[in-house]
Amino acid sequence: MISEKQEKEMIRIHVMGKTYEVPAGLTIMDAMEYAGYRFTRGAGCRSGFCGACSTVYRYEGDYRLQFALACQETAADGMYLVQLPFTPAPRAKYDIEKINLKENVLLQYYPEIARCVSCNTCTKACPQDIEVMDYIQAALRGDIAKTAELSFDCIQCGLCSMRCPADIKHYHMAQMARRIYGRYMSPVPQHLENRLQEIADGAFDAELDKLVNMSREELEEAYAARVSEEASAGSERSE
Amino acid sequence: MNKLEKLTYFPGCTLKDTASDFEISGMAVMEALGYVLEELERWNCCGTVFSLTDDDLMHQIGPVRDLIRAQEAGSEEIITLCSMCYATLKRSSLFVNGNQERLDKINAFMNKEIDYEGKVSVHHLLEVLRDRIGWEKVEERVTNPLEGLSVAPFYGCTLLRPQEIAIDDPDAPTVLQDLTQALWATPIDYAYSVECCGAYQVVDHRDVVIERTHRIMSAARRAGADVIVTSCPLCHFNLSDTQKELVRTIPDYEEMPIIYFTQLMALGFGVEAGKIPASLKAKVKRLQTVKGEG
Repeated sequence: MISEKQEKEMIRIHVMGKTYEVPAGLTIMDAMEYAGYRFTRGAGCRSGFCGACSTVYRYEGDYRLQFALACQETAADGMYLVQLPFTPAPRAKYDIEKINLKENVLLQYYPEIARCVSCNTCTKACPQDIEVMDYIQAALRGDIAKTAELSFDCIQCGLCSMRCPADIKHYHMAQMARRIYGRYMSPVPQHLENRLQEIADGAFDAELDKLVNMSREELEEAYAARVSEEASAGSERSE
Repeated sequence: MNKLEKLTYFPGCTLKDTASDFEISGMAVMEALGYVLEELERWNCCGTVFSLTDDDLMHQIGPVRDLIRAQEAGSEEIITLCSMCYATLKRSSLFVNGNQERLDKINAFMNKEIDYEGKVSVHHLLEVLRDRIGWEKVEERVTNPLEGLSVAPFYGCTLLRPQEIAIDDPDAPTVLQDLTQALWATPIDYAYSVECCGAYQVVDHRDVVIERTHRIMSAARRAGADVIVTSCPLCHFNLSDTQKELVRTIPDYEEMPIIYFTQLMALGFGVEAGKIPASLKAKVKRLQTVKGEG
């Protein structure tokens, strides 16, 4: 519900050239929906994680194009808005098990990274504040670990690639770097190895069998009496 | 051990990839001389080739951004080992340093960076060795004198051309010869030490590079060289890669080792030199054994 006070405070937004009055304080996405637009593409989790709602906008009187996720950025008076439904950017096909790390593998699958002129337009476009150009440069010199580290927060929205004057497909290349890093370079967590071995050795079979053989009533009773991880571990995390 | 003096170091992409021996040996010899090459925390490709378009400042963004990185690091200079990075960064620095109009335009474009003040100068490691450390100091540090080793210097283009960025006399340079002598080796005089290797012609006109390599290598061999020494990763690649072709096509062609000048120094200093061709390693060992017996 929008309170009376908020209802009085209205802002003007321009969606694809047409002006609308919408309540102040909405996200760009909500503001456009308020204006009557319905999203079948260019919208996803609405929580800033999926990267589907990349958006470009401009303020009245400002020469600069701005970039954001429509579900995260608050609509402001005088914004020119449009939603981008999709980023056309081809992705390299590869078999992660057959990668030759000795060659500069990122350059082989994405040779266009060599076209980078360090203009930094990709970095300016990133709604996640990633140093995009720096990871392209790291990839160019074969530094897979650095590429993976710098691009870690990427949500694959594609704005970098839409803006790049060299037509680099930054986010796909970086995803490949992170996959290679995970497959070949990151240290193996010993606790995970141990637990997998325990499962393989049947350490939890008896407990699972017990659950499988319980009646519905017994299960409900056991569920009601459960001790949650939160309480037992004394974690501050709340649901 | 005395504290090492820091030099702000720009490695360039190739030294991190195919020319890693250049960096490994460079670090080792500088440490032996009391210096540490401190790599810029952030840097990007220099651009590889300097843009000759006067009015298109976009092509200066890459190299100028590296000058900004040096400024951010509180340094007023950048030291390079790669002679191509040297040429590109140096020419860019000369293009913008002191030219307020160009600086303003570039700074206005790069609105996410601190303004470049135009104060960073670019130097090649050979200049540091010659002008700050001096050949005497280099000679003092030699533990394995390379006496009897004949060295053909190969300057290539980017250390010497164009004249305004030349680290030495563009027509008759001596810096590599002087270094060779400081290491007790013998510099070889031959006609092609300042020749172009063919550079990027290797992509589209491989025949040009093959013909040039043959001419350069033959002249060096006739003059009695045991090894070619360079500071350019592209010259290194072209000469070594094309030699493999010459070995295949010319009967009795004997491959000549090609190394970076820092590797030659590392051999003389007895420090980590990176990968050295087996024939050269054997030759150096033989020289030292002979000397030991003599």
